[in-house]
Amino acid sequence: MSYHNPYTPPRKSATFDDATLAEIRRAAATGIYDIRGAGTKRKLPHFDDLLFLGASISRYPLEGYREKCDTSVVLGTRFAKKPIRLKTPITIAGMSFGALSGNAKEALGRGATIAGTSTTTGDGGMTDEERGHSEMLVYQYLPSRYGMNPRDLRRADAIEIVIGQGAKPGGGGMLLGQKISDRVAQMRNLPKGIDQRSACRHPDWTGPDDLEIKILELREITDWEKPIYVKVGGSRPYYDTALAVKAGADVVVLDGMQGGTAATQDVFIENVGMPILACIRPAVQALQDLGLHRSVQLIVSGGIRSGADVAKALALGADAVAIGTAALVALGDNDPRWEDEYQKLRTTAGAYDDWHEGKDPAGITTQDPELAARLDPVAAGRRLANYLKVMTLEAQTIARACGKNHLHNLEPEDLCALTMEAAAMAQIPLAGTSWYPGKGGF
Amino acid sequence: MCGIVGLFLKDETLRPELGRMLSDMLIIMTDRGPDSAGIAIYNAPTAGTWKLTLQSAEPGVDFAGLSEALAARDISARVTVKDTHAVVETTADVADVRAFLQEARPQIRIMGTGESVEIYKETGLPRDVVDRFDVRAMSGTHGIGHTRMATESAVTTLGAHPFSTGADQCLVHNGSLSNHNNLRRTLIREGMTFETQNDSEVAAAYLTAEMAKGKDLGEALAGALDDLDGFFTFVVGTKSGFGVVRDPIACKPAVMAETDQYVAFGSEYRALVNLPGIETARVWEPEPATVYFWDHAKAA
Amino acid sequence: MPTFDLSSTPLRDLNSALHALSEGANDTAFDVVNPRGAHAVAVGIDAPVTVEVRGSVGYYCAGMNDGGTVTVHGSAGPGVAENMMSGTVVIEGDASQYAGATGQGGLLVIKGNAASRCGISMKGIDIVVHGNIGHMSAFMGQSGHLVVLGDAGDALGDSLYEAKLFVRGTVKSLGTDCIEKPMRPEHLETLRGLLDRAGVTDATPQEFRRYGSARTLYTFNIDNADAY
Repeated sequence: MSYHNPYTPPRKSATFDDATLAEIRRAAATGIYDIRGAGTKRKLPHFDDLLFLGASISRYPLEGYREKCDTSVVLGTRFAKKPIRLKTPITIAGMSFGALSGNAKEALGRGATIAGTSTTTGDGGMTDEERGHSEMLVYQYLPSRYGMNPRDLRRADAIEIVIGQGAKPGGGGMLLGQKISDRVAQMRNLPKGIDQRSACRHPDWTGPDDLEIKILELREITDWEKPIYVKVGGSRPYYDTALAVKAGADVVVLDGMQGGTAATQDVFIENVGMPILACIRPAVQALQDLGLHRSVQLIVSGGIRSGADVAKALALGADAVAIGTAALVALGDNDPRWEDEYQKLRTTAGAYDDWHEGKDPAGITTQDPELAARLDPVAAGRRLANYLKVMTLEAQTIARACGKNHLHNLEPEDLCALTMEAAAMAQIPLAGTSWYPGKGGF
Repeated sequence: MCGIVGLFLKDETLRPELGRMLSDMLIIMTDRGPDSAGIAIYNAPTAGTWKLTLQSAEPGVDFAGLSEALAARDISARVTVKDTHAVVETTADVADVRAFLQEARPQIRIMGTGESVEIYKETGLPRDVVDRFDVRAMSGTHGIGHTRMATESAVTTLGAHPFSTGADQCLVHNGSLSNHNNLRRTLIREGMTFETQNDSEVAAAYLTAEMAKGKDLGEALAGALDDLDGFFTFVVGTKSGFGVVRDPIACKPAVMAETDQYVAFGSEYRALVNLPGIETARVWEPEPATVYFWDHAKAA
Repeated sequence: MPTFDLSSTPLRDLNSALHALSEGANDTAFDVVNPRGAHAVAVGIDAPVTVEVRGSVGYYCAGMNDGGTVTVHGSAGPGVAENMMSGTVVIEGDASQYAGATGQGGLLVIKGNAASRCGISMKGIDIVVHGNIGHMSAFMGQSGHLVVLGDAGDALGDSLYEAKLFVRGTVKSLGTDCIEKPMRPEHLETLRGLLDRAGVTDATPQEFRRYGSARTLYTFNIDNADAY
């Protein structure tokens, strides 16, 4: 007796999925790790897993457009003689000239200025385009110190000492040869066209005890006028926040792993760091333990996309947020209008991340003059300003619905969590309960 | 993350000044470590006499009638209470004292034992810690001190440095170890016990364990260069001197000064500026991955 | 001549006085006494002043100097003249680690020894050390010159870009991608000029060897992976 052998469809491995197989073949063929821009693409517990509890009978909401809901924020009130005053708690994160074109930097400055917020330089120094078009400009002080000079330090509105960033806590940057144009090479004092590996530690100090002395030096150079921010990638946020504060920071900038980068190893982007949702509460706890919550300000970043995200970050205890990837999208990054050209680069709008190659069809992450000319800095700046204002209005809408006359009055108790993961990470009770997992530790 | 100081006197006439000099050095290092402070101070041993430095969270209870209680067990001892600490000097077997304390006063912690060392450490600003224990009035042959800016473990008395590593030996650390959790687990399997989650305590326990296997301190420190990962400058106090070792990358600061009267160590030059004759001292920085020792026994 | 006694005057007064000088000011010679290892002494100078520091200083003395002439009659702590733009800084004694770090211009003269990482990430500064230098010196050095009359420690010039290194004594070891290069006439001439500017009279350029980048790390090659 013979049996008919029934058809079994081919089954692909969940472990060795198509992307994994492609990466193994790519590594074997090229002998180089995958380098790319942007942030992590994996699915992570995020602000989407939190919801606001609007007001009804037990609490009373505010009327939109009539009853005031303030969105302003002052950064650097601890020691600086000249703190920064912003109309909205949404700032633009550090992105370098080099990683971005001059036009893109100008557009960021224009957009932020219209919206009443600050922009930030990046690894590569300050350009005149950026300074000229940014009413408030934060100057990053990075391990590489490319283009670092005291004149720019003095014409900045704040100084951000970068210890790390969310995409690569513990790592330095990679700017590959294609993007080292004449001007970038000149600003960074490097030969044109070479790969440039930025340092992961500062060249002249290590650890919080030395950082305290470095902060003293920067304050002395700038006559104690400028707020000093310290930026860390989200990895050990409780300790890093506490140590930044002990070392004398005015503002702590905390970047979760969703934060983007101009270029680094994919293995780094996808496997190092913590999601921003898990970072905020420990950082706020550190500030509260030191009695300095709200007097040392906390800026959080990494995957902020909407006014809802802003409101949730503030409710968890942040004073402000920073956006990078979202700002680039507002300028025109990964816009479907360039789909034909993305196809030629064997990618698609929304997935393009080879920012290090300098071939960005949208003219943003490139140093190619023809591509860069595609971005109109005035129009792109306007788009960014619109987006920033929409986000601010959205955050206000939520705050009013929770009965708040200032965004800063949002509290963790205004939130509930949809998933166990988000409940544990954000220390927010699961919706409909008063319970969250992992109470008491992080 | 921290400030370290050390002072080894060659000139015997300076011995009454040791506490005062160390206190000055320690207080200058407050910026590097405002959370807690501690010192180990060494004096010439009296033959046959051992000292135990004790610590209690409730000294009024734990140290009350301690010397009478010891006498009742036929342990003759002199007890000197200094704030939260007490020094027991005894000619009896130290093991008997330990056994008594464990049984009768279990809240008491033994911070260190030996023929010459006394260890004092507490949370708070270095100036306050120095005042509590009247460190300025102490005399001695050599001493080390530490101010702490806690990184990942709690700010507690037990988390303060120095950490005892054995009879008359202790360690202070500036830096941050990156493999201390695995090493702690290994050492626990080997029978060591730990009071804190502090990385520096693991370094101290590592040295104790290595020396228990028969290594001398120099060999144990050389082993530390292979087995401890991360960043460190260690200063180690011994019965007759002190040792210094930095990791191979050696970015945590270290300055040394030597004159005919002393050898001094500081995390910064600032710590040394009040020492006599510092203007003409030989001042240098210890090399990475190199073990240094100054020893009264060898100098004699 | 303004004199600042740092045992009685706050550091902030000294630095703000240095920054407040208007163009063409006459009183441009400053004396600083009792520095006692203080940090950030005479930082952010942006005018052609002279500062004489009588004693030893801590971290970052003359940091970001732009045009001043600072002399330390003593030793200097970590990061002396870090990120100097222009001007001259002279240390009569020894310098701790990171001397001249990321310096973009100007001249740093260390009459004693310099510790580790001298000239780390240098970007155009000229450094002349009369004594020896410690390990990892000129790490990632981008441009400028490092001249050492004594000996160099381990891993000299690791991951070097285009900084040029001249050592008269021995080199304990060369860092990754740093090699000895031939001393051609133009190098002898450059070196002569550097020695003259630093007031060195007891050395001739011919006594030095030159080290520079092998440039093998300039573009990624997986077979160099051991070097990363």
